[in-house]
Amino acid sequence: MTHHAPPANGAQRMSGAEIFLRSLDAEGVEVVFGHPGGAVIKIYDEMARIQPNFKHVLVRHEQGGAHAAEGYAKATGKVGTVLVTSGPGATNTVTGIADAYMDSVPIVVFTGQVPTQLIGNDAFQECDTIGITRSITKHSFLVRDVRDLAQAVKKAYHIARTGRPGPVVVDLPKDVLLAETEFEYPKEVNLRGYRFKARGDDAKIQRAAAMIAEADKPLFYVGGGAVGADAADVLTRIARTARIPVTTTLHGLGAFPEDDELSVGMLGMHGTWYANMAVQNADLLIAVGARFDDRVTGKLESWAPHAKIVHIDIDPSSISKNVYVDCAIVGDVRDALMRLEPLAGACRTEAWLAQVQAWKAECPLAYEQGDGRLRAQYVLERLRRHTKGEAIVVTDVGQHQMWAAQYFQFLHARTHITSGGLGTMGFCFPAAMGAAFGRPDKTVVSISGDGGFVMNAQELSVAAAHGLPIKVVIINNKFLGMVRQWQELFHDERFSHTDLSDTNPDFVKLAEAHHCVGLRAETPDEVDGVIREAWAVSDRPAVMEFRVAKEEMVFPMVPAGASTDEMITKRLTPNAFV
Amino acid sequence: MSEQNTLTPQQILRKKAQGEAIGPGEQTHRHRHIIAVLLENSIGALNRVVNLFAARGFNLESVTVGETDDPSISRMTIATTGESRIIAQVNRQLNRLIDVLEVEDLTSEEYVERELCLLKVPYASDNRVELLDTLKIFQGKVVDVTTNTMTFEITGPAKKINAFIGMMKRYGVEEIARSGRVAMKRALLFGD
Repeated sequence: MTHHAPPANGAQRMSGAEIFLRSLDAEGVEVVFGHPGGAVIKIYDEMARIQPNFKHVLVRHEQGGAHAAEGYAKATGKVGTVLVTSGPGATNTVTGIADAYMDSVPIVVFTGQVPTQLIGNDAFQECDTIGITRSITKHSFLVRDVRDLAQAVKKAYHIARTGRPGPVVVDLPKDVLLAETEFEYPKEVNLRGYRFKARGDDAKIQRAAAMIAEADKPLFYVGGGAVGADAADVLTRIARTARIPVTTTLHGLGAFPEDDELSVGMLGMHGTWYANMAVQNADLLIAVGARFDDRVTGKLESWAPHAKIVHIDIDPSSISKNVYVDCAIVGDVRDALMRLEPLAGACRTEAWLAQVQAWKAECPLAYEQGDGRLRAQYVLERLRRHTKGEAIVVTDVGQHQMWAAQYFQFLHARTHITSGGLGTMGFCFPAAMGAAFGRPDKTVVSISGDGGFVMNAQELSVAAAHGLPIKVVIINNKFLGMVRQWQELFHDERFSHTDLSDTNPDFVKLAEAHHCVGLRAETPDEVDGVIREAWAVSDRPAVMEFRVAKEEMVFPMVPAGASTDEMITKRLTPNAFV
Repeated sequence: MSEQNTLTPQQILRKKAQGEAIGPGEQTHRHRHIIAVLLENSIGALNRVVNLFAARGFNLESVTVGETDDPSISRMTIATTGESRIIAQVNRQLNRLIDVLEVEDLTSEEYVERELCLLKVPYASDNRVELLDTLKIFQGKVVDVTTNTMTFEITGPAKKINAFIGMMKRYGVEEIARSGRVAMKRALLFGD
């Protein structure tokens, strides 16, 4: 039921397309990643006519547009915006929407739709966008009346941004965009079914403080929810005051500075050995905006066997979903930590911290060096030295992603962006482009493998056209490296369809064909020179191809479904061939 | 909703690993659940609710939807069978839907449920009285009659409907239409 209030005096009559554009301006949208088509042609026409305040970036594939909006959202903390046409335009965004849903990224995707009277008629470029995206959106709207359009835009941004963030789809039939009505952007949203608990219970926060005070071996386990809630500063203060070590998930990287002695880096399948040792021996886990997923816990029954668990999360359906939680604080993570801070004094953790330091010394992250062969880990270490933890690092999915997580040492929130939950190859470069639009003050480094980079390489020319000086790193081992690693470890070295040497492009030429700078390094000696050359480029992306050893594997590793205690810590590269 | 009263997967796996039995009180067994959902009376809202059950592999035994005293709000009654732990999780996820105003698992409460059934049977002069006698016992009504068939309407809890259908089988039922359950929490309780 919608009530169409009569417009206030002075409200202007205009087309749905113009209302849409003015609504985005009213919402403070800075950049829209879009691609035109028949169903949204009126929007593009009005865009040329009225020149809205936001920047429109013409992407070359709608999937790239969706990932760019994700990268923008993750780098800035604002909502990312996508605008595409009906049918294939909409379906091409589906991977990006699913990715945003898994990783709780606030984006709004506006899709064109065939005119309302043709919906369900198998019209040209028609698909049931709302139906297709229902299970991968936080919410969606099909706008059937132009008088509901501004309210739908307002609601979409509100829903995407608040509570546990996520993607929202707004489907816009062509006739609604053509119809006219008076425009007034609503000041408030009316969503009686939408409620989230912003403020955790006082009693629970006091109980958590008491549990922390009693613990001998406490450990912070920090996920992406802490970054999303901008809670890194207060988390860092509590950990340092209370002397509690911190491990983060993949998405939690940067929530706590990894150069701090209290940091044990990332936990889970490819986490550090010492982080996983800390989890297995801790008597209290304080989970902050994390969801105990299978890549973190491994074999569930033997994970964190001695720990009581405090869980702070905005989403009540995350509580006790996999692991029993002794004290659940449902509410905004930042708010809960701010109220926990005055209650958390120094803990008696000296013996525990000494144990953690001993584990760090016993089995640090390591790889083979000095044999003249180029390895991904070396490239990432050199990049870390060069950027000093100040760049925004965006990664794709696979071995390079895990090495970047292990070796980059993240110091600040929102400086590590990756596709975690869905594990979308091809995420990286467009997301880096989105981050570069959102944070022009920061150096943005895009790190992909050769497999994933090709999946959305078309966006290179978009970044070049906008003069974005993105540093594009391709870790090329001529293989789908992570699949190859599983084939080597668990499938008797049957390297079925993972060899990319016959189908990889020449990445230097690929870069140049897209108006970017192309560079290549094949030995460790060449790495610093290539990095320096790339950083000297200021008006377009610089693509660096690093040809690395293909046999290298990511360690430590908890094999899928194995207990965290059964971590494989090391396997040296065979010297047979490059 | 944040307090859990069912075992988590980790607890279940640990118990199994240690060879401990998981008792019926620990709610890992499959039970019938009647869930009442208040939701926006809007296009797609019903779909979202049903989708959540489908996505978790639940077979919905019946779903009924209708307007409430407020025409902008619909009430759904869902009858399903599943592990309490997963049902509780689905209920939390239902609460997360923006179109959903309220979710109530009636199974944990005292509640009344009713279902309506229309049933068409052939008759002849020799069994007509017998049929009507049975119908009377079940407090049903004849809502349609032809020279050789009668259509009955009965209402009641699903068990009563099942019993009536069982009684009618030997006459050769031609057609059955069941409404699915509607249910409501009892307002007043007078102790045990």
